[in-house]
Amino acid sequence: MVTSIIASITTLCGLGIFFGLVLAYAAKKFHVPVDPTIEKILAKLPGANCGSCGKAGCMGFAQALLAGELDLHSCSVAATENKKDIAAILGLSLEEKAKKVSCLHCCGGNHAKDKFLYDGIKDCLAASLVLGGQKECAYGCLTYGTCVKACPFGAIEMTGEGYPRIIESKCTACGICVNVCPKGLYTLIPFEQEKARIYVACTSNDAGRIVMSVCGVGCIACRRCEKACPHGAIAVVDNLARIDYEKCSGCLECAKVCPTKVIKVRGVQPLPSR
Amino acid sequence: MGKIFAIIISNLLINNYILFKFMGLCPFLGVSKQTKPAFSMGLAVIFVLLLSGVMTWAAYNYVLLPFRIDYMRTVVFILVIAASVQFIEMVILKMSPALYRALGIYLPLITTNCVVLGVTVINTEDFFVGGKAIAGSFGYSVLQVFCAGVGFLFVLMLMSGIRERLELADIPESMEGLPIAFIIASIMSLAFMGFVGMRI
Repeated sequence: MVTSIIASITTLCGLGIFFGLVLAYAAKKFHVPVDPTIEKILAKLPGANCGSCGKAGCMGFAQALLAGELDLHSCSVAATENKKDIAAILGLSLEEKAKKVSCLHCCGGNHAKDKFLYDGIKDCLAASLVLGGQKECAYGCLTYGTCVKACPFGAIEMTGEGYPRIIESKCTACGICVNVCPKGLYTLIPFEQEKARIYVACTSNDAGRIVMSVCGVGCIACRRCEKACPHGAIAVVDNLARIDYEKCSGCLECAKVCPTKVIKVRGVQPLPSR
Repeated sequence: MGKIFAIIISNLLINNYILFKFMGLCPFLGVSKQTKPAFSMGLAVIFVLLLSGVMTWAAYNYVLLPFRIDYMRTVVFILVIAASVQFIEMVILKMSPALYRALGIYLPLITTNCVVLGVTVINTEDFFVGGKAIAGSFGYSVLQVFCAGVGFLFVLMLMSGIRERLELADIPESMEGLPIAFIIASIMSLAFMGFVGMRI
């Protein structure tokens, strides 16, 4: 009885000491020096490991920063304060970049007519493979919400109108929706609340007659906005109004005259479907 | 020869550690969303299993049995497995950063998993009789842990393949993610129950 107690205690202690010594020796022998700057940078990063920078996590981003593969703007989550600190650690200066927000250039949704009944996987990428999608409009939103699923910040939701909307308070302008939309309907536009609150909710280059027949809420290239704009910030190119955000003052004259109400004011959007 | 064949088939299919013995369910559900990480995870499991199979066989045969304290095997095995995996991790980090990037994050995850302890404990039951190693005990043990690892990898690949396709399926919202994965796992387990009738 006593011998077995002693035997088990000595064996376990012996094994413990043996492995302890081996590991201590290995830690010295196989030591891999980690750059202390990486740890300093890591402490200033959000640590969410969201992956929107394209790296496997904040550790990967810190390494890429140090190696000069990525710049600080690739991280859309970290606060500006922290980015300045990191820039100081790296011995760089952070140039200010205007805050942007994602924006959907289509408001067809349920208004746009269907070309055929699509019965496949409920996903825009899959739907766009079949004759470019089920909508009559070759440019418009396919309404299956691939962007809603792709947004890592939950900043896009489906509305009752059949097309998604952006929750601007959550949007970090990471650009994932821009890349994922098969129709290329998203762009990043300047965020400033007072200035330039408008966007054109249509991407169609079709003539006005065709736009009216397939959807009725698109840009018909009537050029009224072009004439109404006192700053020359709107031009109709290829049957579509385009806004020059450098010149726009946010006076909303264009939104007032637009006959199809396709020039929209940001933040005034339809309610979610649920 | 017959015994070797029996060990291979039994560990791969009949007594599959995930679907029949329900060991290692955490990585099975946690790392089976995509095929690529699932494959890395499977390789890491095979690696850790081989390492701990060798180490625990030595610890059992040369330390526990001579001192007649084989009832301590669970405690000692945990110690041996954890220490040796830690050691190997350091060696890999130094010797081959590329291999470390491929397996690195999975090694510590799998160390404390029950599948590793389970297979090594089952080894001591299968290949030791009356406190003595049977003839060829070491070879059988290594073969058993290797086949257990390959069986693990096999099921993990099946599961990740199914789950990749599930991503595109139209599943009711409340069933998305883990709930449907559990249902799939139980159906796969039912299918594997069919192997129980095999006689080898």
